[in-house]
Formats: sequence, structure tokens, C-alpha cells
Amino acid sequence: MAESVLSAENICKSFGQNEVLRGISFHVNQGEVLSIIGPSGSGKSTLLRCSTLLEKIDSGRIAYGDLLMAEGEKGGKAQYSAAPVLQQIRRKFGLVFQNFNLFPHFSVLRNITEAQIRVAKRSKEEAESVARELLQKVGLSEKENAYPCELSGGQQQRVAIARALAMDPDVLFFDEPTSALDPELTGEILKVIRGLAEEHMTMVVVTHEMAFARDVSDRVIFMDGGLIVEEGDPREVIENPKSERTKAFLARFHQV
Amino acid sequence: MEAFLESFLGMDLETVGKILVQMLQTSLVTLQLFFFTLLFSLPLGLVVALGRMSRFKPLQWLIRAYLLVMRGTPLMLQLIFFWFGLKLGKYGFSRMETAIVAFVLNYAAYFAEIYRAGIQGVPQGQREAANVLGFSKSQTFFRIVLPQLVKKILPPMGNEFMTLVKDTSLAQIIAVVEISALASKLQNAEVSIVPVFIAGVFYLIMNAVVSKCFSTAEKKLDYYK
Ligand SMILES: Nc1ncnc2c1ncn2[C@@H]1O[C@H](COP(=O)(O)OP(=O)(O)OP(=O)(O)O)[C@@H](O)[C@H]1O
Ligand SMILES: [Mg+2]
Repeated sequence: MAESVLSAENICKSFGQNEVLRGISFHVNQGEVLSIIGPSGSGKSTLLRCSTLLEKIDSGRIAYGDLLMAEGEKGGKAQYSAAPVLQQIRRKFGLVFQNFNLFPHFSVLRNITEAQIRVAKRSKEEAESVARELLQKVGLSEKENAYPCELSGGQQQRVAIARALAMDPDVLFFDEPTSALDPELTGEILKVIRGLAEEHMTMVVVTHEMAFARDVSDRVIFMDGGLIVEEGDPREVIENPKSERTKAFLARFHQV
Repeated sequence: MEAFLESFLGMDLETVGKILVQMLQTSLVTLQLFFFTLLFSLPLGLVVALGRMSRFKPLQWLIRAYLLVMRGTPLMLQLIFFWFGLKLGKYGFSRMETAIVAFVLNYAAYFAEIYRAGIQGVPQGQREAANVLGFSKSQTFFRIVLPQLVKKILPPMGNEFMTLVKDTSLAQIIAVVEISALASKLQNAEVSIVPVFIAGVFYLIMNAVVSKCFSTAEKKLDYYK
């Protein structure tokens, strides 16, 4: 049994009256790629945001390895760990946003070095060498002095991936990393993620790219209405779904 | 030539020279008021803006009231209030210092609203990206939000600065002798419009400099969108 990087149990989250996560349990193992699929509004982004401390859960339990992030009984209010623990947890994950969120006032290089220097307290030389190595990996070596506004969406997203990787996360989350891109640019991002999967980077990818989920991930979760409806081997779930809801959802993809 | 100029100006050149020297000296008062107002109101405005956006309701209301009063009443009345109403002079404030206090409080209110619009104009995603990367709150503010904010607020700030240049003339209401006050005094004494004209030119030059500074700054920050 592989070591678990993240485990979440029974997490619930509401926005006002709107119950968005209604008791989700999942775990992420070291070195695996987990894809999360599901219709719009099913709570996929909220799940990632709760896992990355951008949103607070109402109840349930989330832990990264032996670091407890939050815990709380249903109906109560989840207790979050003390700030230093949360800060330690933040070093465990990275997040790649749908719309990149690069820092527009920093060059590509500085986008990747800033957190290494300010947060990970690396020297400028070390941070730059890490950044250059990653830029080479995502195929943007010649762009280190460019500004985000001078790059295509696909290039910006590759910089965002490099920025997240530079912090050496145990697990990297992607929230629809290709949705904001023109179709001809999605390939370059998927190629980078595929490359990372080959290196056994632990990743959780929310995606609408079914072929990608099927071919690259080790496990797929299908979410609907704030619940996990089906979970398992990607080929099984995507080609032979058991649940009617999964079938209905996937049918729409096969049509297009 | 000299005769022509003298008849054109309605006074001899020696008097013009004297007026010019006097006015240049007094322009320092105007410049002082301008710079001291900025020195204190720019940071104060930022604090006010942050307070205005705080989740602590009483503070929010207090600041709203302050903003309403400062922006809803004439600066001239505020000056009168601080000097004749609060009698700051009794507490050891000079007329100039009282004027600075009133100007700072007034301009901080305008700056606060500009900052607030600017802060809200920086996309939430920027803060989220910084948060996920582990930046502290203050690192996020000073390294990520503030630089982007500066770029966004330059145009409205430029307007405020230019208004401030002209507003300094209001200080004469509490008998601060700045360049406008002197100009109108000399206009009476010499029965000539020349001092007023000189004052006008002074404001114009000052605002040309302000405007140039802002357009240079905007160009400097043009390297990103
Ligand atoms: N900050 C918020 N405040 C209020 N409601 C929210 C907030 N964020 C999300 N929601 C609601 O939560 C529900 C789930 O949203 P979420 O973004 O998690 O869905 P999703 O599965 O990521 O959908 P998509 O595929 O469209 O990205 C939606 O009904 C949405 O309106
Ligand atoms: Mg989403």
C-alpha cells in the first residue's frame, strides 16, 4: 500500500443554504495521478479549494500525511490547526489555476523565484537555478525575461506549473488547467502534465478532458451534486460506468 | 523694449523684480503645504482604506462617517473649523500646521477611496495564488497587491495631485500667506494684475511638473498589463 499524501474524510461545505460538498471522502497516494470529473457545479473546484486552504470546510477531516489541517463533527464547526501548522501544510501542496494567476508585474523568472526566496528562504542563485531548470522542463527557457502579458495562454499556464513545482510540493492540484485555453493550446499543457506523471509526481487533476483522464490518471473520481458517485480505475469508470449518473454525464461527452 | 514692457505691465521693471522675488519666496509656503500634505495623507489614506475594508463593522462605520464628512463638506469650511472651531492654535499649532492637518485629513479621505478602488481592482486570484504559494498576508500585500495597485491608481492620483496644487490657495482663509494670498495683497497694493498673473504662471508650472511626473511614471509601469 502506497503512502497516503492527503486524506479527506466526510468533508462538508455549504455556501449559505447551498450544500456544495455533502460528505466527500478521498485520499491521494504518493506518486499517483487522480482525476476528478463531473458536471459543472458539482463541487470539484470547491473540493480543490478546501484542500488548498482557499476555502474552509464546515465539517469532516483533512490531513496531509501526519499534519492535521482541520477536523470537525457534522453540525459543528471544523477546527483548523494553528497557523504554523497550516503554513507547514501549505508547503505540501501546489495549485495550478484555470486562469493561471501569474503575477503580471513580475518577469517569468521572478514569478518562479519569488516564493522560493520569500517563503522557502532559498538564496537568489539557488532559486534562479531551480527556476531555469523548470523552465527548460516546460519548454520556455528562452522566455525567462518575458512578462506574462507577452505570453500565450498555454505558455502562461506552463509558467504557472513551473511556479508551483518550484516549491517542491508533495501533491500538485490542477483545476481545469486547459479550460481557459484555445483548443490548439491544450495539448502543450497536457503534455507537460503527462511528463510529470511519468516522473511519478503526485497530482490531482480536475478536468473535462476525458481522454486525458482515461489515459494519464491512475484513478478517477466522478462527482455529482457534492458527492462522489463513482470512483476507480479510469478505463472502468470512463468506458464502463456503473452508475446511471456517470453514464448520463459521459454520454454528453461522447456526443461531442 | 524696456519702455514697452513697462507700459505693458503698468509698472517699472524694478517693481516687477521685487514682486517676483517676494512671490518666489512665498511659493515655498505653497510647496511646503503641498509636500507635507502628500507626505502624511498618502500613507494615512492607505490605512483608512484598509480600515474601510476591515470586517470589523464599528471601524467600518466610523471610517464611512469620516469619509462622508471630509468629502461631503468644503475644504475651506474644514480649514475654518480646525482654526477657529477647534482652535488648534491654542494647542501650539501654527496657522501653517493647522492647514497641513486639515489638508492631510481631507486628502487622506480622497486617497483612501482611490486606494480602495485600486485594491478591489486587483483580482482575487492574485491573492489566492500568493496564499497557495505560502506568502504571508503582509508579503502578499506589499509584494503582490501594492505594486499592481500603484499602476491602477496612477491616473486618478494624478488628478488629485493637480487639484491639491490649486487647493493650497484655500489656506489663506486661515491667514496662511501662500502665493495666492500674496498675489491678491500685492494686486491691491500695486493696483496691478501682474502679481495675480505671476501666481497663475506659478501654479501652471507646478502642475506641468506634476503632470510630467505622472506620465513618466505611467510609462515606466507600462512594461506589463
Ligand atoms: N465563493 C462561493 N460563494 C457562493 N457559492 C459558491 C462559491 N463558490 C462556489 N459556489 C457554488 O458552489 C457550487 C459548486 O461550485 P464549484 O465551482 O465547486 O463547481 P465545479 O464542479 O468546479 O463546476 P465547474 O465545472 O463549472 O467548474 C456552485 O453551485 C457554485 O455556485
Ligand atoms: Mg470548477
